Amino acid sequence: MNKIRVIARVDVKNEFVIKGIHLEGLRKVGNPNEMALDYYNNEIDEIIFMDAVAAYYDRNSLSELIRKACVNVFIPITVGGGIRTIDDIKNTLKSGADKVAINTKAVQDPDFISQSKKIFGSQCIVSSIEAKAIGGGKWEVYTDNGREPTGKDVIEWAKYVEELGAGEILLTSIDKEGTKKGFDVELYQSVASIVSIPIIASGGMGKSDDAVQLIKRANVDAIAIASVLHYKLESIQKIKDTLVRNQIKVRL
Amino acid sequence: MKIAIIDFDIGNVRSILSAFENQGANVCLTNDKNEILESNGVILPGVGAFSHGMDSLNKYGLIEVIKEYTESNRPFMGICLGMQMLFEEGDEFGKTKGLGLIPGRVVKLPTKDSQNEKLPHVSWNELNSKDIQWSGTVLEGVKEASDMYFVHSYVAEPDNTYILSTTEYSSYNFCSSVKLGNIYGCQFHPEKSGKNGLKIVKNFIRMCENE
Repeated sequence: MNKIRVIARVDVKNEFVIKGIHLEGLRKVGNPNEMALDYYNNEIDEIIFMDAVAAYYDRNSLSELIRKACVNVFIPITVGGGIRTIDDIKNTLKSGADKVAINTKAVQDPDFISQSKKIFGSQCIVSSIEAKAIGGGKWEVYTDNGREPTGKDVIEWAKYVEELGAGEILLTSIDKEGTKKGFDVELYQSVASIVSIPIIASGGMGKSDDAVQLIKRANVDAIAIASVLHYKLESIQKIKDTLVRNQIKVRL
Repeated sequence: MKIAIIDFDIGNVRSILSAFENQGANVCLTNDKNEILESNGVILPGVGAFSHGMDSLNKYGLIEVIKEYTESNRPFMGICLGMQMLFEEGDEFGKTKGLGLIPGRVVKLPTKDSQNEKLPHVSWNELNSKDIQWSGTVLEGVKEASDMYFVHSYVAEPDNTYILSTTEYSSYNFCSSVKLGNIYGCQFHPEKSGKNGLKIVKNFIRMCENE
């Protein structure tokens, strides 16, 4: 098994880090640059900045934040929310991001993934998928931060974005997001069994043992953590220690 | 002392710029021939596809500039795609001629266990020296098995003579850094590899200062 990446997911709205439940009811929890620097200093492996309302308001506004983060955070940075043109990607990478996460635009125009892959390479195109359980071992793809149902099946969609050339999948469980009740293990098992690109699991972690339960049962490559870090429920060190104690390899 | 980061519309140049500034270097982003040729050190960044990268270097008329610079034997380092382009030929999206500064080809990363291992290879992995001497190179002071951040699907296959470190992925050992004289290449991203990576940046700056 490869090393599992432990990622901080930082959702941003109007210059503040926010956190909700099921991607809704957003509360301010801090300053994104200060939090990113703190996580970097405490050996987080990667940071995802997500503009929580960008797709909704049709904009893309994290450039300044990424520029600042780049001055003192020397680990990979993924940026998502409101990315809808090749120029958006170019500008985001120019500001210092390494990868962009694309959801809404990809659903509207799947060809956007193959176009961007050709220009920027698969490694920097992350397909962000928001999944909501609809029963019978199926999930529906949502966009606009869990607001809009699309009628698409998550498993079929994941397979399709891989074919189009996405380099990674950031898979968020809307049902578990912000609940701190553990990951939707079945969701990750189902998707991991049919795609062969890396999967970042996002949504539901309330303690480090939740990550152990997920990683032991589903072939995911990374976990994205928000609440546990933002509310300081456990330190990054403690999370990594728990993984190591359970024979899961991480960067130390 | 000045280090030039080659700007050819490709790659995460800002984070490389920040990493060098953070380690105290006077650094500029440029595609100007004279500025590059007058620098004490040059960085060739790059993410994305081999063919696209070479096209872009060509568009800016930088291929000959890079060759001319490296003939002076001053420090030069390619990062990720920037390392891959140092070689003679790449396979991505059809065969494409590289800069040909180091003998070898760039091929798709072989994965032995295709069931469980994924491409692109996106993760932190360890640098191994085997019996290669790191002192006096950009890896001086980097501990054996230090984790660096990788994100790529292709790897360079140079002659053993030029391999500076290897890294294992999917039971396959690939060349994770390369050295020929003062020309270096890192398949990983030193500017994205936390404190271990910054050590490499610092070493490169020292090398340029001593020029």
